[in-house]
Amino acid sequence: MMGGTWLSNLDPRAKLAVALAYTLVVALGQRPGPGIMALAASFALYILSRQGMGLLLRRAFSVNLFVAFLWLFLPWRLDWGGGPVWRYHPEGLALAELITYKVNAIFLMTLALLRTSRPTELIHGLAHFHLPAKLLALAMLFYRYVHVIMREYWRLRMALKVRCFKPGNNLHTYRTFAYLVGMLLVRSLDRAERIHQAMLCRGFTGTYWLLDHFRWHRRDTLFVLVSGAGLAALAVLGWRSASWS
Amino acid sequence: MHISEGVLSGPVLAAGGVIALAGAAWGLRKLDARNLPRAALLSSAFFVANLVHVPLGPSNVHLILNGLLGILLGWAAFPALLVALALHALLFQFGGFIVLGANTTNLALPAVLCYLLLSPLVRSANRVTVLVAGFAAGAFSVSLAGIMAALSLYLSGSAFLTSAQALLLAHLPVAVVEGLITALVLGFLRQVKPEMLRGMG
Repeated sequence: MMGGTWLSNLDPRAKLAVALAYTLVVALGQRPGPGIMALAASFALYILSRQGMGLLLRRAFSVNLFVAFLWLFLPWRLDWGGGPVWRYHPEGLALAELITYKVNAIFLMTLALLRTSRPTELIHGLAHFHLPAKLLALAMLFYRYVHVIMREYWRLRMALKVRCFKPGNNLHTYRTFAYLVGMLLVRSLDRAERIHQAMLCRGFTGTYWLLDHFRWHRRDTLFVLVSGAGLAALAVLGWRSASWS
Repeated sequence: MHISEGVLSGPVLAAGGVIALAGAAWGLRKLDARNLPRAALLSSAFFVANLVHVPLGPSNVHLILNGLLGILLGWAAFPALLVALALHALLFQFGGFIVLGANTTNLALPAVLCYLLLSPLVRSANRVTVLVAGFAAGAFSVSLAGIMAALSLYLSGSAFLTSAQALLLAHLPVAVVEGLITALVLGFLRQVKPEMLRGMG
């Protein structure tokens, strides 16, 4: 996850701020031209992050499933005037095109900027944006234990497999999955109890302390300034006209 | 269900963000230090439970279970879902940070409604009442989540009308499966760990 590139050496706070501003500017953009420019910028930054094409293709596939759904339905509309008829709407096609640029630009930028920092660093970085301490503690604990519960889940699935469980369209399948989920919930609650006791042993009073701290370098200032200028240009170009041109 | 970043319009994103923030603030206020790890772990358990693909006809659907989450967590469903979706965005780059509010609201609002309307019935001593309330919670929460997702699309531009209708239609069979699974999970919890059904307030 951590490449040795300059992107992974940037301060997570700088990357979070830029990613957030970028998402805002691109998501609200209304013109395809700046959309393509944003996509090109995201792609360039992704190349610089050196995370390989395999990751890009895997993620692009799942992200674009929703986009494919929109391509399927946006250009068509059911017309009830004189019986139901599907009518072709060219504006819908243009909208689908614009959305494709925006969705891909944003996910590529997220991949380039945020995947090059550790999730714990990012949650810590968010603490500097004055989010509620409880929310961040929730996020830290969620991230810490989601993998543990994931392993628990695969263990239960394995137990089903060795008992020759084959999912089908029947009540037995639904009951089995329901009990699997129920067991997962019971075990995670028991674990939460133990975690809480362990936290009490260590003097937990409601504040989740973050022990390591970031150092802001000149390269972070430079990165924020350059991206800020680029984003301002993109905003002016993309927001100037509100029509789907 | 999960709307990607870059699709919804500014006003819809803003409305979703405001509702999600208000709900999360209220949920956090009601969450004490003892319930914090519980909410976090249940939130990650639901995240993992979403990996379960249940066969449905020739295809399969993945579980959402936001109604069950609402019944178990109450108002804490808002911050729990916000965190789960935010980490989902951070780790897998699905959905960004601006659309987070709308996606959280679409899932958490039905969850909290389930908690407010159905949790007294879920605590009933009668097994059949629990199962019926569970089915209602599962079916209602997913249907409402589908309606809200469709509405988010439609309010972003009338060009989305057909996609919104298709999205809504796709949620109907899922609602039946969710109802069934939620009822059975509640029946299981009622026997194995009944104190879980009392919720966290």
